[in-house]
Amino acid sequence: MQPLLNSLPETVFTTKVDDLLNWGRASSQWYMLFGLACCAIELMQTGGPRADVDRFGCVPRATPRQSDLMIVAGTLTYKMAKRTKLLYDQMPDPKYVISMGSCANCGGLFQLAYSVCKGVDKIIPVDVYVPGCPPRPEALTEGLMRIQEKMMRERWLVRQPAAAEAPVGA
Amino acid sequence: MEAKEIYGKLERKFAGKVSGFQGDVMDPNLRVDPQAVVEVCRYLRDEPDLKFEILSDLTGLDLPKENKIQVVYHIYSYSHRHQIVLKVDLPRENPQLSTMEGVWKVANWLEREAFDLFGIVFEGHTDLRRILLPEDWVGHPLRKDYVEQEEYDGISTQRAPLVEKLLR
Repeated sequence: MQPLLNSLPETVFTTKVDDLLNWGRASSQWYMLFGLACCAIELMQTGGPRADVDRFGCVPRATPRQSDLMIVAGTLTYKMAKRTKLLYDQMPDPKYVISMGSCANCGGLFQLAYSVCKGVDKIIPVDVYVPGCPPRPEALTEGLMRIQEKMMRERWLVRQPAAAEAPVGA
Repeated sequence: MEAKEIYGKLERKFAGKVSGFQGDVMDPNLRVDPQAVVEVCRYLRDEPDLKFEILSDLTGLDLPKENKIQVVYHIYSYSHRHQIVLKVDLPRENPQLSTMEGVWKVANWLEREAFDLFGIVFEGHTDLRRILLPEDWVGHPLRKDYVEQEEYDGISTQRAPLVEKLLR
């Protein structure tokens, strides 16, 4: 029988509080069910069994109030832009935005149309742009992992200047 | 019934109010006088030989060179399986036409669309509001002389060309 040694290293691990919080957030990115056009089909595929973003704890939520992440999937018209802003405002902080596909990035194929908003960054701040028309599920998964990386770099315990949250574009 | 016979029938019934028949095109069409269009359409719907039950589509057409706006009715008969296109010319400055709602109810939404995108006013329409664009939109975008606003509701409609840096 072995002598009783300090078993602390095997049962307890030490980490930074920030890292623990970030790990928790990055491993449970709940994205809002929000599709605007054909990119939404790829968004569904990404949630489906092949790409299976569930394995990062990335599950769709049907309400902005429970979501951490907004994936703007598709062509954003001016009529929808107002609603998108409203949905973004309803999401609790900390919140992240992925602009998925050419249309959400810059208006894409339809940027000369009178009714199409020239990029979602005109109304809300965007964290990750995923190019493609539409992006494959692999590309969107890459985008989600970039968001995870960004989440892991956040520092919550140190007070930061508030100016960084102002919307870009406009 | 052939398009030519339909036109012949209309010509006998409404002399001087229908004209300009084109039969050798994909969609045979004819012109109808703006004052008589409701009357003509009601006849087309109710006459047993014609029986045009459905207004398949109603569209607008902006022709600035001829200084007119056209309203185009595509109508179809399920009973007789024949179709015809009616065109109505309106002045470009003040396009007004009687509503077709009383003849085909589907005209309600189609006319709202034509009003939204071309600014054609349908007199007697029960609910003439924009249907596709937001209520506070300025202008009618399918007009050839439509000028895009600088911004819509605080959102800029401008975007710098993506290749601007490369062009310099």
